[in-house]
Amino acid sequence: MKAQGEFVPFRGVSPLRFAGREFLSRLLIGTGKYADFETMKEAFDASGAEIVTVAIRRVPLEERGTGKCLLDHIDPKKYTLLPNTAGCYSVKDAVLTAQLAREALQTDLIKLEVIGDPNTLFPDNEGLLEAAKVLVKDGFTVLPYTIDDPIVCKKLEDAGCAAVMPLGAPIGSGLGIRNPYNIQIILETIKIPVLVDAGVGTASDCAIAMELGCDAVLLNTAIAGAKNPVAMARAMRLAVEAGRLAYESGRIERKLYATASSPLAGVVRAGGL
Amino acid sequence: MTVVINGEMRDMQAIRTVGDLLRALGISSSQGGIAIARNDAVVPRARWEATPVVEGDRFEIITAVQGG
Repeated sequence: MKAQGEFVPFRGVSPLRFAGREFLSRLLIGTGKYADFETMKEAFDASGAEIVTVAIRRVPLEERGTGKCLLDHIDPKKYTLLPNTAGCYSVKDAVLTAQLAREALQTDLIKLEVIGDPNTLFPDNEGLLEAAKVLVKDGFTVLPYTIDDPIVCKKLEDAGCAAVMPLGAPIGSGLGIRNPYNIQIILETIKIPVLVDAGVGTASDCAIAMELGCDAVLLNTAIAGAKNPVAMARAMRLAVEAGRLAYESGRIERKLYATASSPLAGVVRAGGL
Repeated sequence: MTVVINGEMRDMQAIRTVGDLLRALGISSSQGGIAIARNDAVVPRARWEATPVVEGDRFEIITAVQGG
């Protein structure tokens, strides 16, 4: 039996490519909401993910040295860190957060979030586009969390983003891919990679996203919030691989009526006629 | 000297540079995963000892935490 976490992609699954980088896993996972770091690390292993997201927050000035340092629990040789600008409601906050993240983590990758509303956590399209332009000009590899709107995604591509990350449903909702047709149009509209970010509730949601032709899935709550996060991480990994394999294999056309799988000739007839 | 650190007004004594400020807060220059901005501009680690701190400066000191 292979050790947990050893990533062996099935033959035929192509790697994820963006901004000149290549990853074998098409599942990206968040580090949020885990009960403890041990569970988080086991879930990382089980998921096969190579990219993990982190948030950027003010250092608590009074409670330093409490041993709660996230970075001590993420092996930099195994995982690429993807900092986010979660919690930012303005272009200024998002840009400064991205710049601080780059300095702290020595990476040009940024999962750009400019949020427009605290209840839905839907992005502020205008702010997102403006922040994306600023950060692209500043040399970042920008991965924007966006609404599942093909026009916004096209504008983000034109702004120089390395990929787009349309939501499947609101962050943490577990509602799945609410508008697969929009995702399909996005895939047909733009050339940069499309990563579904947010909304995944269970494994089949990952498979649906990947069967549509998405390049990857990013999720957090669906694993961290599951009763058994480590087993769910494994389920998500298998679903992403299955969905991608199915996509690359070329599914059959949908037809309204049956087509027999067995030969029509030579069927046994009782009575011999 | 009064400065604002992570949104809190702080009275800091014997502070001349960003490096002094961080040491006074218990953050050493060898500590990874930390970044600081002075008045909304990131101060690269290599510039910590050369960047002055003056009355009224605003600082954001951040690190990576769990998140999606």
